This record gives sequence, C-alpha cells and structure tokens, in this order.
Amino acid sequence: MEQLYEILEGVRADVDFRNGNQKLIDDAVLDSFDIIAIVGEINEAFDVEISVEELLPENFNSPEAMMELIKKLQEEE
Amino acid sequence: MQRNVLEYLEQSALKYPEKTVFADTKESVTYRELTKRAKCIAAGLKEAIGVKVRQPIAVLVDKDIQSVISFFGVIYTGNFYVPIDKDLPKERIESMVCLLKPAGLIYHDTSRDCAQSIEADVMKFNYEELVSGQADEAYLSKVRAQALDTDPLYAIFTSGSTGVPKGVLVAHRSVIDLVDNFKEEFAFDENCIFGNQAPFDFDVSVKDIYSTIKNGATMYIVPKKLFVTPAKLIDFLNEKKINTVIWATSALVIVANFKSFKNSIPQYLKRVMFSGEVMPNKVLNYWRQYLPDVLYVNLYGPTEITCNCTFYKVDRKFEDNEVLPIGRKFLNTGILLLDSERKAPVGDKEIGEICVCGSSLALGYYNNKEKTDEAFIQNPLNPSYPERIYCTGDLAKYDENGDLLFLSRRDFQIKHMGHRIELGEIEVAVNALPFIEAAVCLYDEANKKIVLFYQAREDCKKEIVAGLGKVLPKYMWPNVFRLYEKLPMNKNAKIDRVKLKEEL
Repeated sequence: MEQLYEILEGVRADVDFRNGNQKLIDDAVLDSFDIIAIVGEINEAFDVEISVEELLPENFNSPEAMMELIKKLQEEE
Repeated sequence: MQRNVLEYLEQSALKYPEKTVFADTKESVTYRELTKRAKCIAAGLKEAIGVKVRQPIAVLVDKDIQSVISFFGVIYTGNFYVPIDKDLPKERIESMVCLLKPAGLIYHDTSRDCAQSIEADVMKFNYEELVSGQADEAYLSKVRAQALDTDPLYAIFTSGSTGVPKGVLVAHRSVIDLVDNFKEEFAFDENCIFGNQAPFDFDVSVKDIYSTIKNGATMYIVPKKLFVTPAKLIDFLNEKKINTVIWATSALVIVANFKSFKNSIPQYLKRVMFSGEVMPNKVLNYWRQYLPDVLYVNLYGPTEITCNCTFYKVDRKFEDNEVLPIGRKFLNTGILLLDSERKAPVGDKEIGEICVCGSSLALGYYNNKEKTDEAFIQNPLNPSYPERIYCTGDLAKYDENGDLLFLSRRDFQIKHMGHRIELGEIEVAVNALPFIEAAVCLYDEANKKIVLFYQAREDCKKEIVAGLGKVLPKYMWPNVFRLYEKLPMNKNAKIDRVKLKEEL
C-alpha cells in the first residue's frame, strides 16, 4: 500500500491521499493526465496490465479501490 | 449577408424548432427552447444593467448546456460573453474580473459557490432566475438594428508572459467566416452530431457551438469524466451516434494511450478533427488502424485568428516518426511567412514566422493595447493602406507538396496537455513565493514535462505546489522540480537558460 501512496504522491504532491475522504474521480481531483501517469506507474511497479475496461471511476475513486484492482489483476495472472 | 451569429440560430429554429440542439447528461434543449431561454436571459440582464452594448459579461462555465445557453443570452443583449472556468484558482478569476470590469456575471447551480467567493465589484446573476423571466421583443429588435458584424462576440483568456492572462476579443464576422469555411470544406450539414470535448473557456469549443447552430445539427457534451476513466467513452459515442468530433489533440492521445479501441470502436464516426498541439503520427496511426474510413483533419491556429487558419486532410500514409503537415490556408485567409525582423517574406522553402491576415483576425486583447500592438501589426509588405496581420510566433516552412510544416516557437510559449502556456507566467508566479530566491522554467519536449529550476535554502516542492495552486490552473504547474543552491549565470548576469537546457 505504501508503494501505491508513493506513486500517487509522486504524481500529485498537492493531494492528501492518506487521509482524504474525497472521491478522486467523481470529485474531479484527478484529471486524465494524472490517470495516464498513475496507470503507467502502477503497471510497472506491480507488474500488471490495467486495460481500458478497468478504467472506471469506481476503480480509481480511492487508493483502496486502486489497490483492490491491482490485487484482482495480480490474481488473474 | 450574415451579420450576426444569432441569424444562424433563428434560421435553424425556424427549420427545426423541435430538434435537440444541445444536450448534456442532465438535460437537453431544442432550437425553439434555446431561443426562448436566451431571450429571457437577455431581458433579465437588461432589467438590471440597462441597455448597454459591446460590454463584457462574464459567464462562469462548467461542462453543461446552461453555460452555452447563457452565452446566447448575452449575445442577444448586444454584449459579448467571457467564459471563465469555475474551477480556476480564485486569484486568477479575480484578476480576470478586474481586467474586464464586466457589466455582469452569470452563474448557475454548479458555479454558485465560485460566484459567491468573487470579491471584485460585479453584478451577479443566477441563470435559473434569468430564464424564468419574460422575453422583451421590442428591446431585442432595437439592439439588433444597431448591431455590426465587427461587434465583439466573445473574449477568451489565454496565458500571458507577464503573469496576467490576456483576453482575446473576437467579432461576429470572424466566427461567421470560420463556420462558413468549415461547412464548405468538411461538408457539415444538419445530420452532423457533434461530440463536444473542449471546455467552453477554450476556443476549440467555438467550432462545436457555432457549427451546430449554423447547420441545424446537434451537439452532445461528452462528460469530462469519460476522458479521465475512458472505459465508457466509446459506449457514449455510439449511444449518441456521434459522427463528428473536433477535439484537442490531447484527447485523441488519451484514447490511444489507453488502447481504448481494444474491445469496441466508435461505429458512427465520419470526421475526426484535432488541434491544439502537434499530433504524433503514432497516435494518429492507432486511430487510423481501427477507423480507416474516417476523414482525419489536422487543424492549426491560435485563438487570435479565431480557432484555425490552416487545415490538412490526412490523405496518405504517415510513418510514426514523420511530421504531420498543418497544410493549407482556409479560403478568405492570408498566410505570410516573415523573417525574424518581421520585415520581409522568407525565401522559398525557408523557415519563417506564420503571420495571418483576413477577417479571421481577432479585434485584439481586451484592455491591453500594449500587447495588442506587439502581436497585431501593419502588414510590412503593404505600405499603402492600413492592413493588420497577426504574428503567431510559430515558425514553419513549406514542404515539397506546398503544405505548411510547423517547426517550433520563436519565444517561450509552449503547448502542454492541450493548453497554451507562457513559461514566463509560471516564472512570475514562482518568483512571487517568499521562500524562492530565483527560478526559471523550461519545457522538456521529449518527455512533455515543465521543468522548474529554482534556487532556495532547501527543497520546497510541496510549498511551491501549494503556492501555485492559489494562482495558476493545474496544467501550468511544473512537473519536475530541480533545487539549486545557486542557479548558473551567463555573461549578462542573467540566469543561464542555455546551460540549464543542456541539463534537462
């Protein structure tokens, strides 16, 4: 989880990912360029391949949701 | 002869009164209803501000049709609208309002908080209250009888190198010229279904809005979220049967980056047009591979010449590493390639600055004579009568087919994430922070990153981001931060940009 936080903070230093209760997509905290960067780094760091059908708001609204997606993809492999 | 963009709306409303003109995810509006609401807004504005014309009226915009309907309300009053993104930092909005001194400001439900936080002295109007009023036909005909096609239609803000954004003021005539050209060149008609991607404070959206009303077509606003997490983007395009998109290049890049066509492709698309920055052929080839029969058009031009002055219909194969031409000029547009002195045209196949003349030229920068005079100059090739040209600052040359190729900028302006940015504006904002001793911004073209070189006592990336967040929109924040104990200086005791560029 720490690794994911570091990725997120690297992309957006101004957002509090650890304590924030905001919905990252629904509340428009992250934009498309953030998501491109985040998806790229997650793919590399966790050795997964997030594909377009997983790019749904519910998978990226919180760090926890992203972690769940990562775990799901790792199990599928 | 067309004199006013409202003629487009009225003609289409006569032909297709019950047809949907604009729609977002919450509501849609027919031509008849749009006309009615716009007239009510106009009457409400007049009640409060009196009969005024050619004055700015700000509209706090979101990605919804209420923003667009508000524009038409303003146009009916004979004034011009100025879209301001409700999510911009508060200080930036204040500085825009101070520059404009608008006769009024329109907000709606989603921008209410933003409107209330504005401290500058301006009359604020709620959209809901305005549309619930009554139209005043006598007032409207009086306004129209005095209208000129040289009257301003809108002002759109763009980054300014001295730290203050510039409001590019565009007349009815220029927009009429633009949409006539698009209709002829790209065969737009009433069957067009536009998928609007560009925000309304960005002039790419001008093409969507006015092509829609001119042709009696329909425009759907594509929800912004679909470009952030695009799993449902293709479904949306298919569900609305969208056949024409005029998008920022960056939006097409997003689609390609996420390999969005893996499971499904847009089935109705006939035209894909893009502008804003250089289109990488790698991205375009991804699109062409899945959608080979679509007409792809590369559009080029800054806001100051009303969206676009050249176009290139992609008509042959391009390798990933080739440069896509920006093509040829539109009808009724003149293009000159001038030398670095802006005195004479460059020779055949030589590199020169793109300068534009014709009806498409903006009126200038609102309340900024100095910047207007710098960029809009007398045509140096014409000593005999006044003829303005606009100097774009873009360097280009003609290729062997007679198509223009964009090469680079002659100054510190960059294109980043679809936005036009003056690096100087970022530097002004960073240098204003108390803990910064000196700072310079450069653009890393290869990695598409804004790099900040700063001199300070200690690493203060977080503090810089926090400080910039108050004054600059997010797309202007540096992506890479490099701390220096002492920035390198050149012989003239200025920060050595050349040396720093080597360190990128």
